[in-house]
Amino acid sequence: MIPAQFDYKAPATLDEAVALLAGDLDGAKVLAGGHSLIPAMKLRLAQPQLLVDIARIKSLAYIREEGDQILIGATTTHYQLESSDLLKQICPLLPECAKSIGDVQVRNKGTIGGSIAHSDPAGDWPAAVLALDADLVLVGPNGERTVKAENFFVDLLTTDLQPGEILREIRIRKPSGRFGHAYQKVPHPASGFAVVGVAVNLTLNDDGSCKSASIGVTGVGVKAFRATGVEAALAGANLDDNAIAAAVAHVCDGIDPNADLYASSEYRCQLAQVHTRRAIQTAKARVQ
Amino acid sequence: MTDNYVGKRVKRTEDPRLIRGLAHYVDDIGLPGTLHVAFVRSMYAHAKITSIDTSAAVAAPGVVAVYTGKDVSDKIGQVPCASALPDLKVPDHRVLATDKVYFVGHPIVAVVATDRYAARDAVDLVMVDYEDLPAVTDVEQAANGGPIIHEAFGTNIAYKLTSGEGDVDAAFAAADRTIKQRILHKRLAPIAMEPRGVLARYFPGEEELTIWSSTQIPHLMRTQVALMIGIPENKLRVITPEVGGGFGSKLNVYAEEALLGWISMQLGKPVKWIETRRENIQATIHGRGQVGDIEVAFKNDGTLLGLRYSVFADLGAYHQLLTPAIPTLTGLMLSGAYRIPAIQMNITGCFTNKMATDAYRGAGRPEATYVVERVLDLVADNLGVDPAEVRRKNFPAASEFPFHTATGLDYDSGDYEAALQKAQEIVGYADLREKQKKSREEGRLIGIGLSTYVEICALGPSQAMPAGGWESATVRIEPTGKVTVLTGASPHGQGQETSFAQIAADELGVNLNDVTVIHGDTGIVQYGIGTFGSRATAVGGTAVFVAIQKLKEKAHKIATHMLKADASRLSFEGGKYSLEKAAAAAATTGTSDPVVPVGEAPAGALPEPQTEGKTSLTIQEIALAAHVAKDLPPDTEPGLSATYFFEPKNFTFPFGTHIAVVEIDRETGDIKFLRYVAVDDCGRVINPMLVDGQVHGGIVQSIGQAMYEEVVYDEQGQLVTGTLMDYALPRASHIPEMELDRTETPSPVNPLGVKGVGEAGTIGATPAIVNAIVDALAPFGVKHLDMPIKPENVWRIINGH
Amino acid sequence: MKKAINLSVNGVSHTDEVEPRMLLVHYLRDVLELTGTHVGCETSLCGACTVMLDGQAVKSCTVFAVQADGSSVTTIEGLAKNGELHPVQEGFWEKHGLQCGYCTPGMIMTAAQLLDRNADPSREEICHGLEGNLCRCTGYQHIVEAVQYAAKKAGQS
Repeated sequence: MIPAQFDYKAPATLDEAVALLAGDLDGAKVLAGGHSLIPAMKLRLAQPQLLVDIARIKSLAYIREEGDQILIGATTTHYQLESSDLLKQICPLLPECAKSIGDVQVRNKGTIGGSIAHSDPAGDWPAAVLALDADLVLVGPNGERTVKAENFFVDLLTTDLQPGEILREIRIRKPSGRFGHAYQKVPHPASGFAVVGVAVNLTLNDDGSCKSASIGVTGVGVKAFRATGVEAALAGANLDDNAIAAAVAHVCDGIDPNADLYASSEYRCQLAQVHTRRAIQTAKARVQ
Repeated sequence: MTDNYVGKRVKRTEDPRLIRGLAHYVDDIGLPGTLHVAFVRSMYAHAKITSIDTSAAVAAPGVVAVYTGKDVSDKIGQVPCASALPDLKVPDHRVLATDKVYFVGHPIVAVVATDRYAARDAVDLVMVDYEDLPAVTDVEQAANGGPIIHEAFGTNIAYKLTSGEGDVDAAFAAADRTIKQRILHKRLAPIAMEPRGVLARYFPGEEELTIWSSTQIPHLMRTQVALMIGIPENKLRVITPEVGGGFGSKLNVYAEEALLGWISMQLGKPVKWIETRRENIQATIHGRGQVGDIEVAFKNDGTLLGLRYSVFADLGAYHQLLTPAIPTLTGLMLSGAYRIPAIQMNITGCFTNKMATDAYRGAGRPEATYVVERVLDLVADNLGVDPAEVRRKNFPAASEFPFHTATGLDYDSGDYEAALQKAQEIVGYADLREKQKKSREEGRLIGIGLSTYVEICALGPSQAMPAGGWESATVRIEPTGKVTVLTGASPHGQGQETSFAQIAADELGVNLNDVTVIHGDTGIVQYGIGTFGSRATAVGGTAVFVAIQKLKEKAHKIATHMLKADASRLSFEGGKYSLEKAAAAAATTGTSDPVVPVGEAPAGALPEPQTEGKTSLTIQEIALAAHVAKDLPPDTEPGLSATYFFEPKNFTFPFGTHIAVVEIDRETGDIKFLRYVAVDDCGRVINPMLVDGQVHGGIVQSIGQAMYEEVVYDEQGQLVTGTLMDYALPRASHIPEMELDRTETPSPVNPLGVKGVGEAGTIGATPAIVNAIVDALAPFGVKHLDMPIKPENVWRIINGH
Repeated sequence: MKKAINLSVNGVSHTDEVEPRMLLVHYLRDVLELTGTHVGCETSLCGACTVMLDGQAVKSCTVFAVQADGSSVTTIEGLAKNGELHPVQEGFWEKHGLQCGYCTPGMIMTAAQLLDRNADPSREEICHGLEGNLCRCTGYQHIVEAVQYAAKKAGQS
């Protein structure tokens, strides 16, 4: 219940934050909403020396359109995303995913950047940003760089973030054409984390066939992943029930599904298939 | 008496402080200079302690003292076990481990520091070296040659017991059919939302120790802790402030309670320990934990002939207060709501490298009800008849009560058919079965589950209880006319501050707001037993009721004297003793007010009672006269107070029918409730709103047991479900809308006619839910599933995995 | 190592020096002696510690006091205004939405947030909104009714 001691700094700017992190590459941790880090600290599973609180940097919380992009600041809370009228219109996958995270208190405080940077294998956001093919903007002592979401998630709780780097912004190309979104989740009955979470970003051709499908899956592997086998099977296909059913059989291709007390690998894979299918059907039904 | 309050949905008098955050639980009590205690606990299930180095902890900032098992073992007595079973093996249970640890969470070292943060930090500085020993967590393995836990016994079997009446062998020999089924009752964590907590303060001058503890049994705890730490019982005061739920987990005497008291005596300062949730799951008792084989003998027409239940009971590493007794309660209730001429229970109680099991809501009886209600469904399935019909076939009729069972009990009153009938009507049973049939043809999996339970409540006659089964009450009317009720029960959420006030207000004809119910302070309240086993209202409420009758006898005598009347002409109605019958009738529903309204009391002496020209006197006027005591009948003690210790002659036996309707998702195995109907009969109802609340809560704990909850230890004895991240409690989004109703069959055991309802939901609901799920899966040939039934289990059945 | 913080709690301004690791819930309970906010788990799951931080319901066991520097906090003690119960508090009393009362302050704060954002929630929305709060006594049904009562009551005034 009680974390080990640490020092705390609340820089006013991102540059200051980067400098603070650079000063203690081993012991410093970035604190945003704190809803992954603080529980770990309370159990003393994490014992950082220094917390650099970036939640006070006002300029890091925003949702805005810029050209054909949607820009989301890293410390934007889940609730801000859930309740964004703009996103409900132009990118409904994000509010839908946000709504399924934890509970209202967690959503009020937890941030999208924190969740992505933590890369919990059962976190929700990684699935959504993969499905939306987001770009992640990282800033560090050597300046800024942009990484594709697909390349960002490296392994269990491991990302492409280098020591001293901070995730600053999530950039998403505005969905266009005949698109439909859906996020389908099986929450763990105790933790609320995703046993399986499937984010689907579907675009149809005028004839109703699948132009492209982009599918992010969380909870199933050591990290969130793109269900490329499903995507390939759907591309160009007529989205009838048989085609969808055949496609979702590939969701766990190349993945060694997680197993825990709640769901074995085999069952998890079954859930992944069922919910991928349901998410695709929902997304299809939502296409305008 | 009046009927202004009893039977009505009276809002709770407890609530204003609770909903405003102004109530005080143990950790809310701050005493100046309080030191904080944190524990080093075993990370091993079974190990020798080879060394303990506390030097770094002792030297750490803020640390005041560090105690190991060696420091305290000859100073503090054993953690008590109150069960006295024949040839029971009772391990030496010290408050801190000495040479060996026996379960994950076993306390080893207590660190005392100036604040909770410093205490927690110092825990990490204590170095304990262990020599790991093989652990045994499977109860059958423990019984059959697994590693021995307590070497002195040479066995892990703590006791064996056979109980029951009738010739079971003959019943099986005579039966047309028999069925045998293995049934598991997994370990559950009670998880009261407030973890345990203890605050102890010793005054060296007065030699007085006060312990605030989150317990259900302040008086029993006082006696035991006084014995453990060697303080005169009358120098130890135990206070239970607000208690944030118990469910049996606080019906105990724990090592930490005695240790904190002792530490306060050593240091002369207040010391506090607040359990963390991880400690709570590791080292507060668990419930259930039985592996049983049930056999049933019956005739082709469905008549039950005999039942044999052989159980391995997983006791854990040590006995807590009632650990070995819990499985024996299972044996008591194996007749369920049925006529079964021969019943036998065989218990093998075994030590395992886990936390002790003990009373968790229902305490042994849910196991019995679950087994019996599953068996009735197995019999129905075997005979191809509706589960309701097999039940009806074997119910004793309402006219057969008191009904003697082959478990040695006499059920007080009941009308099982009426409750079943009512529940079936509410749910629309016949239509539902039709609908189920049709939807099965469409491939849908709908299941209907029944449970026609009976439970044993109002624990209980002292003959059948380890430490007294009575309850006490003192009722007094103060000089200003305010009524004080002191109850030996120790409610912690059940609402007896309200329901006892309802009883008192009606019996005395006063306003509810003029009654205060005090509990949970051994310095104020006469000795009592506590709140558990659905006993508070049936036993404690009856004590209040009878104490009031005693008080009224005296008041009547004083009124007769004051009104210079013939005692037989005086009647008590509406809070008044009146000479005229007519006046009395008019007052039936009225109440009388205090003589001196609060805030209007004149400074100085109390007013003299006025009797001049009066034909009636309120009970408050009599109370005033009794305290002023200038003109009382000869040989009358001043004051107006009565105490009663109520000894029940029998238990009570509430009953009811629960019906669950579920639908299963074929692809995922998800289980969804379509309906949940509960018709409970808990005898006369004092406050329907409180009864509903008890039933709701019990049903949802049953949903937890049936579908989510299980304390899991791995083979090495590591606790796998050590936090609420892993141990799933039902949440708001998991529950069905519960449809409740009642029948009301008064109990003849007590003058209030009440039976008790605290455990009804947890006892009645679990089998209804499991029966519904099994019924939904009947097309796949499923006869039985063990709890918790998770979606994966269901999916495997449907898909043949 | 200690940090100075300044925050407004239930409308009263407080300045204190705290260790950075002090949890907001411990600051409220142990320093300000506002003990209505409870601690029920250590994994941010039970919601007993819920308070409003700048108008947002948060779990105060998962916020460091230093993070709340400069903020405004409302605890259960500050919910009733001028001696008048908040409609949610009233609902809990009327509908028997509490038994032991331990989860109640957090439950009430969360329910108040829920109604702030959705004046007329369905049963399902209420259940979803209360997912972050565990209650072991009531079985939730009376809590749902309490929130429905409060919604109706607030709608009338």
